[in-house]
Amino acid sequence: MKQQSFFDKLPHLSLERRLNTPWWLTWLVPLFSVLLALLTGALIIASQGVNPAQAYKAMFEGAFGTGYAVAETLVKAIPLMLAGLGVSIAFRMKLWNIGAEGQLWMGAWAAAGVGLYLYPAWHLPPWLAIVLMMLAAMIAGGLWGAIPGLLKGTMQVNEIITSLMLNYVAISWVLYFVDILWRDPGGMGFPNTAPLEKDIWFAKLSWLPLLPKNNRVHFGLVVAILAAVILWFLLNRTKWGYEVRVIGENAEAARHAGMPIVRNIVLAMVLSGALAGLAGMAEMSGVAHRLQRGLSPGYGYTAIIVAWLAKLNPFGVLLVAVLFGGLLVAGDQIQLMMNLPRSISDILQGLILFFVLGGEIFSRFRIRIR
Amino acid sequence: MQTAFIITILATAVRAGAPVIYATIGEIFSERAGILNLGVEGMMLVGAVSGFIVAVKTGNPWAGVLAAMVAGGLLSLIHAFLTITLHADQVVSGLALTIFGIGLSSFLGKNYVGIQGPQFSGIDLPGLSSIPGLGPILFQHDVLVYFTFLLIPLTAYFIHKTRPGLHLRAVGEDPTTSDVMGVNVARTRYLYTFVGGVLAGLGGASLSLAYTPGWTEGMSGGRGWIAIALVIFAFWEPWRAMLGAYLFGSVQALQFNLQTIGITVPTYFLNMLPYLFTIIVLVFATGERMRRHLGAPAALGIPYIRGER
Repeated sequence: MKQQSFFDKLPHLSLERRLNTPWWLTWLVPLFSVLLALLTGALIIASQGVNPAQAYKAMFEGAFGTGYAVAETLVKAIPLMLAGLGVSIAFRMKLWNIGAEGQLWMGAWAAAGVGLYLYPAWHLPPWLAIVLMMLAAMIAGGLWGAIPGLLKGTMQVNEIITSLMLNYVAISWVLYFVDILWRDPGGMGFPNTAPLEKDIWFAKLSWLPLLPKNNRVHFGLVVAILAAVILWFLLNRTKWGYEVRVIGENAEAARHAGMPIVRNIVLAMVLSGALAGLAGMAEMSGVAHRLQRGLSPGYGYTAIIVAWLAKLNPFGVLLVAVLFGGLLVAGDQIQLMMNLPRSISDILQGLILFFVLGGEIFSRFRIRIR
Repeated sequence: MQTAFIITILATAVRAGAPVIYATIGEIFSERAGILNLGVEGMMLVGAVSGFIVAVKTGNPWAGVLAAMVAGGLLSLIHAFLTITLHADQVVSGLALTIFGIGLSSFLGKNYVGIQGPQFSGIDLPGLSSIPGLGPILFQHDVLVYFTFLLIPLTAYFIHKTRPGLHLRAVGEDPTTSDVMGVNVARTRYLYTFVGGVLAGLGGASLSLAYTPGWTEGMSGGRGWIAIALVIFAFWEPWRAMLGAYLFGSVQALQFNLQTIGITVPTYFLNMLPYLFTIIVLVFATGERMRRHLGAPAALGIPYIRGER
């Protein structure tokens, strides 16, 4: 006789793959998953002796309650949009680029070099300096992404590890410049570079309707939306986009069809890194106006969640980035107002991902319990 | 002088390697069963913080070790449930676990940053520790380092020479056949994912209670990811994992000791060393694996659904 164990007593789930998912399920399941994630988060908040309903209310109001709040949410959403779009390109090819954080830092670093030193030295017109900063950021981020891409494409080295390890390398590299080589001597001991000249800051979008006059939303928002449109076009209307989709869904079939796999792997990683680099430039030029420690509170990692939750759809990335920008703002808010640690927003990010991931089974399979 | 330096480096390597050995062996168990768990960094951090908190509250580092193991194990069950029961993507679930673990550890540890707590101190093993050379390198450490000396051979023996070890490998290589042979695939995978989490938690505790006593946010500094790289370097074999962990340890030891022999490199570059080293090691190991046609467990990362192939 076989002994009955705990696992044998669990109800047995039998799964049938759904051939097509009803449209209402694709919406209802993630929505319900997020609600469950927030409920679980409520338990953690309650463990701190804070009323979760009040905390969530404060979070929502902090992120979306006023014009100023919405503006701050958009400010945080901009790097998430750009880095999220970048990550989504790699993910489409099943390349797990988790190096967006490092690519973002390298982008910010290169842009700062152009803005702080080349701009005054070459007497460039401001618009040209801004264009050069964007280009430099894309090249630096792109090259940083190319390293794991080349290693993966030519030698099949695991890109998850290499792209992640390069994050640590990139941050050390940039901090060397922030703390020592480019440190502002007049910075009163703060480790940061001198500020950029005002005329090469990303312009503020003070013309946006419904937002207060002195908001911090900057031109990076326009860049991100343009990037999403271009990316959508590339992915859906070009031969390259078609190749990316085929390689992502069935690399074997793509190889038989004679598609250049290695070239596409490297290209996807370069584009992925370039957009993350652009996110770093936008944050540097549009918000911090200088290179400094803590420039990114982990945008590159949150961007991974954003891209995945958006199902790698460029416009979805824009939307989810706004929600997660709100979550970051909300985390800062409840730290100030309710004395809850801001790590609550990291925990919620993880929980949302867990629940949406787990919920997928309901849209992917028909479940029978026996 | 030179001998003393080499001995310092090697002794530090053994100490610095210990937390990574736990995490790497844990991930070997998990991946051998077919479950890729990228949440090691998160489990280590939560292990480190809960181990430290419990050690502080009870005054007993052993209670801390136990708590860290439980915490790591519980976190791994989230991953197990999502990937084994709900067939979720293992990469995304593991990433979620790491993000969640980073947040949770910082949340739990907010009142414990920078405070003093109990710790494991070095115990010179009688006799052995007085052997010139070997003594200081191997036998003047804390008890969590000594455990790694046992863990490696035990794991190697378990995986290759025992019946449960055979089942473990079978489930990771060919779950369908294992299922037909009467091995409960889901149960086996749950078990070893849990073991992986327990060991990652223990690795965290060996950081916060022995190697760098105390709690600071993100104190694992990427060791969880390095452990995942070392699993690949080790071709999923415990002895090679030990070699990899000590290589990593030596790099860390050099990072701390280069200054003492008059080589002055800015710390920023020294800080890059372990990560650059990991990339280089991974490149060479991947090359070697391709040449020798050594594979990962064949079913690694693939959900098992009965009746589907």
